[in-house]
Amino acid sequence: MSNLRQTARTSEHPGGSENHGAVRIYGVVLGVGVVCALAIVTVYEITRPIIQRNRIALRQRAILDILPGASTSRAFRFDAATQTIQPAQADAAESEVVFAGFDDEGQLVGLAIAAQGMGYQDVIRLLYAYSFAAEAVIGIRVLESRETPGLGDRIEKDANFLTNFEKLDVRLNQQGTELANRIEFVKAGEKQHPWQVDGITGATISTRAVAEMLSESTAAWIPAVHARQADFKFQGREAP
Amino acid sequence: MAIGLEQETPLSADDFLDGVFKRNPVFVQVLGMCPVLAVSNTAINALAMGLATSFVLLMSNLVVSLIRGVVPKQVRIVTFILVIATFVTIVDYLIQAISLDLHKALGAFISLIVVNCLILGRAEAFASQNGVARSMLDALGMGCGFTLALLCLGGVREVLGAGSLFGARLFGDAYQEWVVMMLPPGGFFALAAWLLLINWFAQRKHQALESTT
Repeated sequence: MSNLRQTARTSEHPGGSENHGAVRIYGVVLGVGVVCALAIVTVYEITRPIIQRNRIALRQRAILDILPGASTSRAFRFDAATQTIQPAQADAAESEVVFAGFDDEGQLVGLAIAAQGMGYQDVIRLLYAYSFAAEAVIGIRVLESRETPGLGDRIEKDANFLTNFEKLDVRLNQQGTELANRIEFVKAGEKQHPWQVDGITGATISTRAVAEMLSESTAAWIPAVHARQADFKFQGREAP
Repeated sequence: MAIGLEQETPLSADDFLDGVFKRNPVFVQVLGMCPVLAVSNTAINALAMGLATSFVLLMSNLVVSLIRGVVPKQVRIVTFILVIATFVTIVDYLIQAISLDLHKALGAFISLIVVNCLILGRAEAFASQNGVARSMLDALGMGCGFTLALLCLGGVREVLGAGSLFGARLFGDAYQEWVVMMLPPGGFFALAAWLLLINWFAQRKHQALESTT
């Protein structure tokens, strides 16, 4: 309170030093601003490579986790012009690449594909594993989510919900042009077909979001990658 | 505001201890409730939030105390906020560099340290009127008090809400987690319980003092 009164008093009696005061005010604020900006830029530049490394390490761990037996991975992209699978650049956008996991002998284990979509609170980002042999999604890992603790975050922890993704059918139709059945969301306990995802009561929006982003991503990727299994060769550099 | 008057008194342990106990920012002054209620759902989050806030408090008190002579009165709040926001941004990058999981858990509340009234309060009421050493001691005390209070809340909420402490499970599988304690209402319950407990003790002490005199 006393400060308010002081400020009022100062402005009532600006005196002859008004001009000098204004210059000084601008000078101090500007000076502090410049120093602060420099400090922020310095810290940003120092931490950026570390943060980038953390992001990649987190994803790398997730890729090897959801592809059982995989010990290394490589990034690949689908080249629309030549209709082929090509090794991808290390810094390619996550939405444009798939990660192929290889075991110790260099044999292809499966693919890890990133998908994202709007959850209850914010964007949910996840990786799912695709097995060529099973023609199914064989696991998911949530990379980023801000779902409600205790309710929506059960998409990461609920054992019953995660069994949905142990063998979620995404086989192609006879012509191999699209999925025979797109992944479907159903309410808790109503799962009848291997391509359906059972929701969690109390976390309907979050679980539906997961099912829908998987449905979209698999519909786009699986027809493109399934017939080109031989193109995922164990060569080139380590995936980003 | 009374503190500002005792300008040239020598450093004392009270500068530090006041912040921890007698003038604890959470339990006594009830300041900065937004992060206190939101990020005290587990002990780890509480500790991280407490340390991040303490760091910002310490650095902003240091800088504000250093520049207190040159900043004109009219723009002092602007300047203080600028300084505080800078350190908050720095903390945000540092936490991302230390652990992305931790950054994920703290979410938007790191950026919101800027508007924690505790920090601006100490800058305005203390650091802008005291020397560097005293200001830093005050910041350390307040930071410790804030962290301690957050830990008290986070510990209780994690034990009841998840059956664990610092991520280590305490009970067997039979333990039914009290999920509401991890959710926002749990923050209010835990804070209310602590305030009740502390005020009850304070009152008892007060009464005991009165009866002896």
